[in-house]
Amino acid sequence: MADRQHGKLYPLPSQNMVLERDLGKMPVLECRRLGINFGGLAAVSEFDLGIGPTEITGLIGPNGAGKTTVFNLLTKVYEPTTGSILLNGKDTAKMSTIELNKAGIARTFQNIRLFKNMSVEDNVKVAMDHSIHCGLGTALFRLPRYWKEESDAHERAMDLLGIFGLQGMANAKAGSLPYGAQRRLEIVRALATNPSLLLLDEPAAGMNPAETSELMEVISHIRDEFQIAILLIEHDMNLVMGICDGIAVLNFGRIIAKGTPEDIQNNPAVIEAYLGRKKEAKS
Amino acid sequence: MSIKDKAASGSERLQGRIRIPTPLRYLINSCLIAGLWFALSGMAAGGIINNYWKGILITVGINIILATSLNISVGYLGQLPLGHAGFMAVGAYASAIYMKSTPAAALIKAGDRGAVLPYLITAVLISAAVAGLFGLLIGIPALRLKGDYLAIITLGFGEIIRVTITNIDSVLGFKFTYGAAGLARIPKFTTLGNCFALVVISLTLIHMLMKSRFGRAILAVRDNEIAAESVGVDTTYYKTLAFVFSAMLAGVAGCLYAGYLGSLYPSTFKFMKSIEILVMVVLGGMGSMLGSVVSATVLTVLPEMLRAFSDYRMVAYSLLLVVMMIFRPTGLMGSYDFSMSRLLEKLLNAVFRRGAAADGEAYTEEGGR
Repeated sequence: MADRQHGKLYPLPSQNMVLERDLGKMPVLECRRLGINFGGLAAVSEFDLGIGPTEITGLIGPNGAGKTTVFNLLTKVYEPTTGSILLNGKDTAKMSTIELNKAGIARTFQNIRLFKNMSVEDNVKVAMDHSIHCGLGTALFRLPRYWKEESDAHERAMDLLGIFGLQGMANAKAGSLPYGAQRRLEIVRALATNPSLLLLDEPAAGMNPAETSELMEVISHIRDEFQIAILLIEHDMNLVMGICDGIAVLNFGRIIAKGTPEDIQNNPAVIEAYLGRKKEAKS
Repeated sequence: MSIKDKAASGSERLQGRIRIPTPLRYLINSCLIAGLWFALSGMAAGGIINNYWKGILITVGINIILATSLNISVGYLGQLPLGHAGFMAVGAYASAIYMKSTPAAALIKAGDRGAVLPYLITAVLISAAVAGLFGLLIGIPALRLKGDYLAIITLGFGEIIRVTITNIDSVLGFKFTYGAAGLARIPKFTTLGNCFALVVISLTLIHMLMKSRFGRAILAVRDNEIAAESVGVDTTYYKTLAFVFSAMLAGVAGCLYAGYLGSLYPSTFKFMKSIEILVMVVLGGMGSMLGSVVSATVLTVLPEMLRAFSDYRMVAYSLLLVVMMIFRPTGLMGSYDFSMSRLLEKLLNAVFRRGAAADGEAYTEEGGR
């Protein structure tokens, strides 16, 4: 992972950066001067970010920097105070969380939000709701179409669970899974909605180094297999530096640096945000 | 272990288990229902079940429909409606007024039960439709909100219905509900047979609903509304759907009730009636259909057996609830639901023990119904 080749980043017309291989393609996500105020506090302000169609982007920053708030803005849990979000070129201003999901954004949660009393398989099938079309009558009277759609859904759910090797637990209650498996199931559930942009909120939290390195492998695999963009919040720097094509660093609600992992590692503003300023510099 | 190895071992674990194919499951269940019916009708014909017990059995049936339908809202959807008796009243009055306008009474007197059937089916559909309509009217505004608004709104609705029926005895000169004096001389169209059939149909419909994509979405809304929205589940739609479905079945129960008693009084559908139904659901275990059926049966038959102590009924009720909440806070059955085919599968697997790896078993036994 460490010797991975990072592509060069190019500026977009909106001054966002995009991967070389995604140049000329419509960015999946473009945030323009996005901001939200809670009371008088600007939790996020002037947030500009573009994500190419197959890019893995890391969103990092110290605790309380506003990373999860950005996710909540992107999924319309919060209504942005200023700025706009373009998803595949379309303005999302009037969309609700549900419509945004249909339009292609899926997410996981920092504090796991699974359907705990449902089976693992049903957790995934719920997320396929808008790709199963049978009506109420068809379902109540078990017409042939119902059976076909159910068996298709079952197969797709099993395929998706296979990404993380969770098929063996398909009938277990989601709440009874070990912590790591619950995190993985959340990713599977998000994938089941057929997103074009996957938002992962601290996917490696609570995982040991072996699990984390497996997760890195799987995230890259998901990008390659499904050809989607991934935006992830993570504190594990090995993971972020290992798999992200581009990284944005957030501090006090503002982006303080954007670029490839190498750029970020050497950026003085980032070092300052994480480690503080040197003593001599202060005096 | 790499990803692929894990995937392979996962599917191997599943293949070891014996599964009963779905058509066979349905066949087994149909046979059981038919068997139960033959036992019941045989006992009724043989005189083992006298008219007194027939009446109790019909009441049990009505209460089963009421409890299982409320269980959709309380157990599966996770909301708390307190006006179930209101929907029952609406359904009861709608079907009673319709039945009085048909020649059903004369047909029943003449003993021609077969000819009543089309009227009965229409009455059931009317009561379901009217109750469903009211459910929709209340559900749409109430369920768009998050939180406990539904409890308060339905509480109000139940009372409004009762007070309205009590005070309005005629509309535009047509005598409809006869107000507080009660609606009498309704054809007594409810029999053990059609009651049994409607219970089976209701339970089947609930089962079919809950085991489809609609049921999954409803359960998802209960478990985590924010997550459900984040995966594109239209929470308002599914909440309304479940609530209306629940109201419709309450209407059907009301229809049976009207046809069983032959007269309706608004005072029957007081707030206490709604609470009584809620108690059945809570006692049986929220989210368990079997629990609702069992507790509806017990709570109907027990007061009949304890007629001598009927003065202390409400005391016993509340004591029972307190004791339950202390010792079994999740209700009799919790969220467990019985499945004959799963039991058979378990037996078969225990007998043949094919490849059920020890670690696999712990995961597979706990799943849904």
